[in-house]
Amino acid sequence: MAKTIIPVGPYHPLQEEPEFFKLLVEGEKVLELEIELGYNHRGIEKIAESKSYDQVIFLVERVCGICSTSHPIASVNALEDLADIKAPERALYIRSIIGELERLHSHLLWLGLAGHFIGYNTVWMWAWRYREPVLDIFERVTGNRQHYAMMKVGGVRRDIESDDIPEIWKMVDGLLPVIDMFKGAVIDDPVIHARLKGVGILTKEDVFEYGALGPTARASGVAIDVRKDDPYAAYPLVDWQVITQEEGDVFAKAVVRILEMYESIKIIKGCLDKLKAVGGEIDAKVKEIPPGEGIGHHEAPRGEVFHYVRSDGSNRPVRYKIRAPSYMNVPTNQKSVVGGTVSDATITLAAVDPCYCCTERVAVVDRKTGKKGLTGQDLIKLSQEKTLRIKRHIGMMKE
Amino acid sequence: MAEEILTRIKDKFSKKALKVFEKSPRRIYIDFDSKDIPEVVTFLFRDLGGRLATASGIDTRKNIEILYHFSFDSSGTIISLRTLIDRENPEIESITPLIKGAEWIEREIHELLGVNFRNHPNLKRLLLSEDWPEGKYPLRRE
Repeated sequence: MAKTIIPVGPYHPLQEEPEFFKLLVEGEKVLELEIELGYNHRGIEKIAESKSYDQVIFLVERVCGICSTSHPIASVNALEDLADIKAPERALYIRSIIGELERLHSHLLWLGLAGHFIGYNTVWMWAWRYREPVLDIFERVTGNRQHYAMMKVGGVRRDIESDDIPEIWKMVDGLLPVIDMFKGAVIDDPVIHARLKGVGILTKEDVFEYGALGPTARASGVAIDVRKDDPYAAYPLVDWQVITQEEGDVFAKAVVRILEMYESIKIIKGCLDKLKAVGGEIDAKVKEIPPGEGIGHHEAPRGEVFHYVRSDGSNRPVRYKIRAPSYMNVPTNQKSVVGGTVSDATITLAAVDPCYCCTERVAVVDRKTGKKGLTGQDLIKLSQEKTLRIKRHIGMMKE
Repeated sequence: MAEEILTRIKDKFSKKALKVFEKSPRRIYIDFDSKDIPEVVTFLFRDLGGRLATASGIDTRKNIEILYHFSFDSSGTIISLRTLIDRENPEIESITPLIKGAEWIEREIHELLGVNFRNHPNLKRLLLSEDWPEGKYPLRRE
């Protein structure tokens, strides 16, 4: 049978990090996967060398539009490691609240997209509808739905006011029945079991070899989480658990993300309680960064964000290194997609929650003739049709 | 836990470790000669179970400095291996044959700083565009 290349990408305006996957397929089976990126390389590390430390926090906030506070948290961790600074306790709670609100909206975003890819468009609409109150709270507390500009070296830029606390509490309480519903919809649905279990498996060994991170690693039974392993902000001060699953398939990744939302709510409530009792400063008022080097990391919704910074004592970094989690997670598709079918490729590529996972620009091109066979829409349709076939097979839908 | 890992590295490489700097209990930097890097990396990755968080390259104007950051998650420790290579002819053995996850990291340092990773299986550009001029390295200080 003739081998065909399916190009997935390179661009989609829905997600801000374009990547290009070339699937080499034979019939339905994916034989090889080649990943190309760099379409959105903005040279942020280089730009950082010409910015003052205060500006760097704003700059790294713009690395990602979805998990926009992850990089600032890693950045302040790195600079505080470098300069041996401790932020006031109240600031630590505020950092964790912002970090976890972000995880909530990010996981809901992923859940919606994943639902769409397998033909559960209701899940898509619901997940994104229930994501809105989280963004509204961000607007209320920080002034912005995205890019909150809350972090600064030695503390946070604004306080969470006492009349915001009941509003945040009410919002996360309102999310609990929603997450219950999604949990039921995924865990109790025989179609989703049949559709996602055993699909796109990543083994523990693969996680180790590729250095995979976050829910991608935790769904394969690797219990790594920077919030527990190298505690920072208020994560060691409140009660919560690291969620893991053993199977490593797409189903396990979905379960990890859904259950993690409960933990985020636990953390947020724990921090809000403490905020009522712990007053005081929110900023250590750092004047300068001494010469030296520092490493900071943060458990972003997609996994560990890693920052390395070197200072020569001036007001700008000499070198600023950023490593986002998708950088380590996306190559694992070479294990999880290869050997599977084309109809599973879209959901498996999306399962690591890359900052780019949309496949609307997909086209199947015959390598010999260069003729286009399938479009991105067709691919999503293939994936959705597979779900329908399963529904019919298990008698949930009539022919 | 962190101390135990450091002791094992010190015991194993007592002669080869050029300098050990404990920035804080959880942030340790160890200097090695570039020829020892594959051996040390293998020990940290295979024997001690370290995770390669990333590697970063720096043009110090005198040398090219490469730092391999290994995270030991069970104790929250990061051990960074530091090695200096010649700035005129920057070359070092690739660790991608040892750790699959190093492939992109080395490709990026290759294109941004012009470091040649010997025996890298696929040392082509990662981020820079195809029409970026050969021999121009964005993170070099010229």
